[in-house]
Amino acid sequence: MKSFEFFEPTTLAEASSLFAQKHAQLLAGGTDLVIGMKAYTETPETVISLQKIPGLDGITTDNDKSISIGAMTKVRQVELSEDIQQYHTALAEGASEIGSIQIRNLATIGGNIAHASPAADTVAGLLVADAQVDIASADGERSVPINELFTGPGQTVLKPGEIITQFRLLHPASGSHYIKHKIREVMDLAFIGVASAVNMQNGVIKEARIGLAAVAPTPIRATEAENLLSGKTPTPELLAQAGEAAAAATSPISDLRCSAEHRKEMVDVLTRRTLQNALDRV
Amino acid sequence: MAKHPVSLKVNGDEHDLLIEPRKTLLAVLRDTIGLTGTKEGCSTGDCGACTVIVDGKAVTSCMVLGVTASGKEITTIEGLASDGELHPIQQAFIDTGGYQCGFCTPGFIMASKALVDENPDRTEEEFRFALGGNICRCTGYTKILEAVLQAAEEIRTNS
Ligand SMILES: Cc1cc2nc3c(=O)[nH]c(=O)nc-3n(C[C@@H](O)[C@@H](O)[C@H](O)COP(=O)(O)OP(=O)(O)OC[C@H]3O[C@@H](n4cnc5c(N)ncnc54)[C@H](O)[C@@H]3O)c2cc1C
Ligand code: FES
Ligand code: FES
Repeated sequence: MKSFEFFEPTTLAEASSLFAQKHAQLLAGGTDLVIGMKAYTETPETVISLQKIPGLDGITTDNDKSISIGAMTKVRQVELSEDIQQYHTALAEGASEIGSIQIRNLATIGGNIAHASPAADTVAGLLVADAQVDIASADGERSVPINELFTGPGQTVLKPGEIITQFRLLHPASGSHYIKHKIREVMDLAFIGVASAVNMQNGVIKEARIGLAAVAPTPIRATEAENLLSGKTPTPELLAQAGEAAAAATSPISDLRCSAEHRKEMVDVLTRRTLQNALDRV
Repeated sequence: MAKHPVSLKVNGDEHDLLIEPRKTLLAVLRDTIGLTGTKEGCSTGDCGACTVIVDGKAVTSCMVLGVTASGKEITTIEGLASDGELHPIQQAFIDTGGYQCGFCTPGFIMASKALVDENPDRTEEEFRFALGGNICRCTGYTKILEAVLQAAEEIRTNS
């Protein structure tokens, strides 16, 4: 690992101004950054830890069941949170799919999202929760919907000095489900990740959200498929149409792990499957 | 680059050290403090050999910067036995033959300890999943699982 200057600021303002410097990198749990520094794919001259800034971690639920998750919350805590298990099951399931318990005790949800891997396991769950990403910098604060955060593999709209402070999950779902398509049961990265969330009213789908990971340069919502579903009574034919529409929304690549054709095919299958499971959970 | 003053509490002992920020907790434990029970396998988070317990949680010490562990309580394999008595999990690995070359054993024991402390009532299947971050190239895992189940049983009946 290359040498670097290390800072542990105790305020966001201080962290943000240090982070705005050239060749600076943020340290959250370190599971991406430290591994990257060991491999010399990351060679920051300055590393700024967020660990000493109070108020960046923890999960809070309001009376209207909206939930805030601090960026520094460990993914293990997201996985085990009863409120997230109940209102955002797909997110809890995604968190539980990351690496091992030892990794999940270190990795933060903010790091999983900011790293912007198209295959990150918390991203599909946050997409179907329609999460708002709150961002702070020395210049002030702003908020971006999660589906507008990513601009490419490893790329986000975050500007130098900008730090994610929390995720706000304003829309609880009465049923949701995440499937990670993978080879090994644990310690494997997703070929693709699919989450579906539904809310029902009088036997009709009031709203449906579908989040897809690792099937396009950025994680995406399958909005055409969602529109097909809303206002309709769920039937196998309807879910099949939604699966096809979701697959049509993807632009996967072929790589060592999986071919583009297989990814597209599996988006169809897993969209149907996650929708059915989400409906069963309502 | 400037070294940072760090005070680590390892197995109950305070260590006041000056360390380079790029040193991992694993390197500090092994090279600076001289506790070589914790092993370095992959150094990328995949094998679990470097597992130690920090503030009650099992973590892979190969990706923790030593400077960030300042002020935290760290338990390594060397800290499990007390007054010459092995911890029930250590004893269980011996009783069942849960190790061969022994390289993965400290990591497996520390990961298992955190699991049974958290909840000894896990099923065999749940223990299998929960230990998915630890790799062994020798035993075939069956005896490791037997050891963990034996230790969990003992901890259940004694509590
Ligand atoms: C062995 C292993 C297995 C893994 N398996 C999986 C897996 O199955 N699925 C999966 O999704 N991931 C997996 N990961 C990656 C996962 O651990 C990381 O993506 C993790 O969630 C990143 O969080 P962190 O806190 O460790 O981030 P760090 O490594 O500390 O930070 C990564 C980068 O994110 C940025 N960042 C962090 N926090 C913020 C913030 N608040 N605001 C702005 N930018 C920020 C910074 O640029 C920082 O450098 C694995 C990692 C390892 C080592
Ligand atoms: S050495 Fe840390 S996980 Fe392998
Ligand atoms: S006993 Fe040799 S690696 Fe596990």
